[in-house]
Amino acid sequence: MALLRVERLTCERDDRILFQDLSFEVGSGEVIQIEGPNGAGKTTLLKILGGLLQNWEGELYWKGQPMSEVRSEFLASLLYIGHKPGVKAVLSPLENLRAWSALHEPATDDKLMAALARVRLAGYEYVPCGSLSAGQQRRVALARLYLSQAPLWVLDEAFTAIDRSGVEQLEALLANKAQRGGAVIMTTHHALNLPGALRKIRLGKAQEAPEVLEEEDLL
Amino acid sequence: MSMPQSISSVFMAILRRDMLLAFRRRQDLANPLVFFVIAVSLFPLGVSPEKSFLAEAGAGIVWVAALLATLLSLDGLFRSDFEDGSLEQLVLSPSPLYAIVLAKILVHWLVTGLPLILLSPILGLMMYLSSDQIVLLGLTLLLGTPVLSLVGAIGAALTVGLRVGGVLISLLVLPLYIPVLIFGAGTVNAAASGLSVAGYLALLGAFFMLALVLAPLAAAAALRISMTNS
Amino acid sequence: MKVWFYRLGSPKWFYDIAGRCLPWLAWSALLLIAIGTVWGLVFAPADYQQGNSFRIMYIHVPTAFLAQSCYLMMAVAAVISLVWKMKLCDLVIVAAAPLGAAFTFLALFTGAVWGKPTWGTWWVWDARLTAMLILLFLYFGVIALQHAIQDKVASARATAVLILVGVVNIPIIKYSVEWWNTLHQPASFKLTEKPAMPSEMWLPLLVMVLGFYCFFAAVLFMRTRNEILDRERRTKWVRELVQKVSSR
Repeated sequence: MALLRVERLTCERDDRILFQDLSFEVGSGEVIQIEGPNGAGKTTLLKILGGLLQNWEGELYWKGQPMSEVRSEFLASLLYIGHKPGVKAVLSPLENLRAWSALHEPATDDKLMAALARVRLAGYEYVPCGSLSAGQQRRVALARLYLSQAPLWVLDEAFTAIDRSGVEQLEALLANKAQRGGAVIMTTHHALNLPGALRKIRLGKAQEAPEVLEEEDLL
Repeated sequence: MSMPQSISSVFMAILRRDMLLAFRRRQDLANPLVFFVIAVSLFPLGVSPEKSFLAEAGAGIVWVAALLATLLSLDGLFRSDFEDGSLEQLVLSPSPLYAIVLAKILVHWLVTGLPLILLSPILGLMMYLSSDQIVLLGLTLLLGTPVLSLVGAIGAALTVGLRVGGVLISLLVLPLYIPVLIFGAGTVNAAASGLSVAGYLALLGAFFMLALVLAPLAAAAALRISMTNS
Repeated sequence: MKVWFYRLGSPKWFYDIAGRCLPWLAWSALLLIAIGTVWGLVFAPADYQQGNSFRIMYIHVPTAFLAQSCYLMMAVAAVISLVWKMKLCDLVIVAAAPLGAAFTFLALFTGAVWGKPTWGTWWVWDARLTAMLILLFLYFGVIALQHAIQDKVASARATAVLILVGVVNIPIIKYSVEWWNTLHQPASFKLTEKPAMPSEMWLPLLVMVLGFYCFFAAVLFMRTRNEILDRERRTKWVRELVQKVSSR
């Protein structure tokens, strides 16, 4: 079943066309990797899918309905982890998760501790995140993956600063998500090893905006 | 699938989170307050320490200083969340952004506005204000500082992530502060001339109500627009 | 009707229509202002109280009207821009803001010039002038925010929100400043007091006001057309236009 449908997405930033007339579908059970060189617009695409940007043209559909009409259902079904993961340095991993959980997925402290244990942060639950390494901080954000029931995950550079065993664990988690009918859209520089449901969408290098455009027919 | 949480639980969660954040960086909280005291002290030093001048100008001086101290603290309202990606998460939550913004503004007022109000009697004494005037000053600040936080949040939301942040907020927000300043300080001065002040306090209350309803809406809209500023 | 509304949003359509209106507006402005100036400065009778210095009113009043009308117009454009996402309104706002600020400054300047022979000082904190000063601050804020945000769409939206917040505040500011003024000047004087003016006095004023509005519209159209050319510079019709002009 198609969860997210993108039609003729065009985005231009600073006189450069990032992508034009991009169309694709994401169905349940799929893992989509957006790939392309740096500056190709991968992060921009993910932000547009999450509804964070406004400077684009095209249509977005969630479960067949126009995104503008079902935005709150979409947000309730979305887990988004961006380039900057949203982990507050002054708070501990547990406090960070508590705040996130209260907004998205209410959970008892036990469940939160269990999620932190899954990302190998057991014993660090009360340490201010500012004292943790970059990899550990990112794992605090990844702990959300173990709590979230959201059907769609959008992950920007999820593997940043993750070591090898963390990578294997994350790949297993993503494969499992797809198997259970969820969907993942992600970007990463890492070479993914996911048997089965991986699909790749390649964004080309951002082009100079073309010389001549027709004015749209408004009538 | 995460259920959109009830507004009150979201409000309380953000309240708790931001109070925790403020408490963890409590040394930073003192800065606007110190500025407040210093700014007030500049006037006797720069103009005149005569009782005749200070008693008449005192309410206005304290109010102007409160305004400027609040402005200083506004830049930090959304900045830290913007920089570590938490703002993105807040904007993407299924819960109404209005409630989240309101909670943040409440925390801002609790750590900035409320201490200003508590400091004002001391400053009022330094300005030779009578005890009636000091009470009235505190009252106008009580009604006015929430408006400062609410309206200031709009300015902070419009400029979050911009390099020029701080000074730009002042430029945007100060003209909007002027009515609160006029009535805040004016009420204390009016009382000194023997006018009845109940009406003016009610007006300040009306400003508060208007800001309470409209400002978080505008700030939430502005936050969504500012998400492009990364 | 709906077609007309959407057509209104087409930058190219506006460019053409504005271009055709422009000569009419410009000539009307020139004519009306010339007539009004001569009439007001030379032929209208001198005010029995203020003598000849009141004549600055013929510039001050129109500029003051325009300063406020411009902001209101920007507020309407802001609403349309936010609700219907019409790009043309964003361009109009960009074009109008410095224009409105200039008129506000002129109003303040002529107000000061008026004040000097009448009250002896270059500046008085009377309610009208002070409110106009605050309006100037609002304009500065809009212009500053516009330039601070790089992304064109975000800049337009943020500016629109700011303008709307400002417009809600304008009546509040006016009321506050009037009250503030009465606190400090029990015998309130008004710099722009308009007692029953004989028609020889207000007719030239009317002419000037109309002339200034035409002038404002003309300059606004010119600036908006420039913005359109800048924003749409990659469309075919702009390219052809540029080629046509440069090949002449």
